[in-house]
Amino acid sequence: MMNDTEQEYLTFILDGEEFGVDILCVQEIRVWSAVTELPNKPDYIKGVINLRGVIIPIIDLRQRFNKEPLEYNDKTVTIILKSPKAENPMVVGIVVDAVSEVYKFAAHSIRKAPSFGSKIDHCFLKGLANVGNKLIILLDSEAFLNQDEFYSYSPSEENVIAH
Amino acid sequence: MSVDLSQFIPSFLEESFEGLELMESSLLTLEAGDNETIHSIFRAAHSIKGGAGTFGFNEVTEFTHLVETLLDEMRDGRREINQQDIEILLESVDCIRLLIESARDGEPCEDEKIAKTSALLTETLNATKTESPSDESPVSTEDNGAENLTYWKIQFLPEHQLVQTGNDPLLLFNALADLGEVTLHANADELPPLTEMHAEELYLNWHIDLVSTCSEDDIKEIFEWVEDECELIIHKASPQKQEATEHTASVASKLTSTDTLQSKTPSQAQPAPASRSNDKKSTAKPKTEVGSIRVGVDKVDSLINLVGELVITQSMLSELGSDFDMTKLDKLTSGLEQLLQNTKELQESVMRIRMLPISFAFNRFPRLIHDLSKKTGKSIELVIKGEQTELDKTVMEQIGDPLVHLVRNAADHGIEPAETRLAAGKPEQGTITLDAYHQGGNIVIEISDDGGGINRQAVLTKAIEKGIVEPNASLSDAQVFDLLFEPGFSTAKEVSDISGRGVGMDVVKRNIQALGGRIQVESEQGKGSTFKVNLPLTLAILDGQLVRVGEEVYIIPLIAIVESLQVEPKLVNRASGDMVLYRLREDNVPVLPVYQLFNLPADNTNINESLLVVVEADGQKVGLMVDDLLAQQQVVIKSLKDNYQQVEGVSGATILGDGSVAMILDIQGMINIALQRAQREQRNIEKVAS
Repeated sequence: MMNDTEQEYLTFILDGEEFGVDILCVQEIRVWSAVTELPNKPDYIKGVINLRGVIIPIIDLRQRFNKEPLEYNDKTVTIILKSPKAENPMVVGIVVDAVSEVYKFAAHSIRKAPSFGSKIDHCFLKGLANVGNKLIILLDSEAFLNQDEFYSYSPSEENVIAH
Repeated sequence: MSVDLSQFIPSFLEESFEGLELMESSLLTLEAGDNETIHSIFRAAHSIKGGAGTFGFNEVTEFTHLVETLLDEMRDGRREINQQDIEILLESVDCIRLLIESARDGEPCEDEKIAKTSALLTETLNATKTESPSDESPVSTEDNGAENLTYWKIQFLPEHQLVQTGNDPLLLFNALADLGEVTLHANADELPPLTEMHAEELYLNWHIDLVSTCSEDDIKEIFEWVEDECELIIHKASPQKQEATEHTASVASKLTSTDTLQSKTPSQAQPAPASRSNDKKSTAKPKTEVGSIRVGVDKVDSLINLVGELVITQSMLSELGSDFDMTKLDKLTSGLEQLLQNTKELQESVMRIRMLPISFAFNRFPRLIHDLSKKTGKSIELVIKGEQTELDKTVMEQIGDPLVHLVRNAADHGIEPAETRLAAGKPEQGTITLDAYHQGGNIVIEISDDGGGINRQAVLTKAIEKGIVEPNASLSDAQVFDLLFEPGFSTAKEVSDISGRGVGMDVVKRNIQALGGRIQVESEQGKGSTFKVNLPLTLAILDGQLVRVGEEVYIIPLIAIVESLQVEPKLVNRASGDMVLYRLREDNVPVLPVYQLFNLPADNTNINESLLVVVEADGQKVGLMVDDLLAQQQVVIKSLKDNYQQVEGVSGATILGDGSVAMILDIQGMINIALQRAQREQRNIEKVAS
């Protein structure tokens, strides 16, 4: 096997930082639309939407990564991610600040992420890549599109219980 | 190139089980001289044997071979069809099923029943052997092979396309060589000039001389997979003394490709079984085929999705139509376009139908009754009506066992012994009727018997004895019969091995309730009883009441709603803690404010001014406090689990006419949330107190 396979990544902006996800996991990009709330759920789960007959949860990635949330407006973007694995075709929408670019990275140009100093759960990180002077944080789509990983951690547990 | 055969095993299993069902039902109706039925049974057995051989399920092949031999004798008229043989064959069907199941699970089958039936079959076969020594069918116990060398002349005339379907004549010849000594003569007369030759076509045919102890069947088996694509003529070359002339005639049966077309129809339930009889016989075949649709669940679900979209479009259009003016013309046009699209897609996926005729569930009952009447010594006739009534596949799969239980009960407890029946002036033969029909949006399945009926007093006495009811309670008939479904209840005086242990009726009821259905009993002493099972047509659509809480719309399943009412402040009571009770006639109903349970902002948090929807789950009544009652409508149930996870208090979601998502409330789950909170508060209070 070649170790030098290139992969394309879609990048998006979140609180000034640029993140990348495997483009094969991106189903589509849509603007924010009203959600139906789910009862008793952590703050980062905004609710569910109807995407052509399929019900999809919408996650605020800022809140999921413990950052300050932004007000939503008609420019707010939702990226619909779909797991390419046939046995677990999970679909989820993530709310981000803005969509940026599509970059190609060879496997060897991706560096391992340091295991400290990040508010993001470590298991979501795949590595870091450079484009010019820009640093792009690549997210591990497998962990990302895994229900247990993605929904298990709740940064605001107290809010769930309080009523 | 090798082909991974294991990928075909699931279809083989499915086909085999269908074949076994066909064998079973045909055996039950089999009468002497009914050649068509024997043929269809034979073909089913043969397909199973062939398939099992291909996949290396040797136990299945060996056993089925015995069955096939017996059937073959019946088919050729060498054996009279009698009840005893049919019983053996029925037993064999069970054995084959066991064997296939264990082959599927990869476990050795150690049921002694198989050895017993196998011995019985061999014995029966040997019995005929001594009667008619001219029998040319192979029997596994045959041991005089060596002296019995037969000279076979085989003409193998394949069609040009034979190799394109992945068959290789060389493999066939090798297999023949395993049987005995083979001499091959290839005939290249048909070989076209090189310029006209097509690389992927076969132009040769062969004359094969085979010296072997094998039978014609063994040879045919080798050619089994190509017989639709070739002409095969098999002769016995050295006539032996005992061979009757009529045999030679039938031996020279010619296999043509009359059923090639059929076997290529994908929806065909069984692969066109070997047409080993002559042409005239094989024309009778289509009649006996099982018509079945086999659909992948994913396809079915996509159909349900389409229906969902159609429902959405419909509600959008009707919403538009109720308040229409010319400014909305654009919306109407696009809506109609959408409707057209939906309809088209629906039409395209019409093959992916989820509904199946209930005969799938009813099919097993003739055999059951046959066995039961043998076991109990009662003569019982089974009448099946409405077997074409269609029912959701999921419901069908889950209703099977409860129905079996009810039918067993009817046969065991319902129908009286013959003497009792005659003494009561009834015909000696008891009747059990299975009926299915549509009523409103539901399907009703009735299991009735003309037996002794339910002894009201006996039920009541037993219930009092078991402490289920108070000794002096006055109960209506329906209430008394309902007691039958209490756990641990059985009125049978003696426990038989068929039924009467009292574990069952409660399970039956629970299973039916799990499907969103109901069961009712009607009975008249001395005349018989009827069990009426009411089931929803499908689990995919639900009748719901839309309610509003704050800005969210929720759906309450209509079946759970007892009543909806405006709160009267003087009927509101506060119990200890935060619990609010509402006096509903003689009941005190706990009030669950939905906004509190789900942490939502609501218009109205004052119980005295709110609307209450009284719902019931598992016998527990609660009042849900909501802001507004909206429409009632049918909704398509969508799972939240596909992309998210189960949410407590919500059984699923649906899409409303405006395209937004609404949650379907799970009453039991909401009660659980409330209970957990109450417990947690209780603990907190205790903590503070200590």
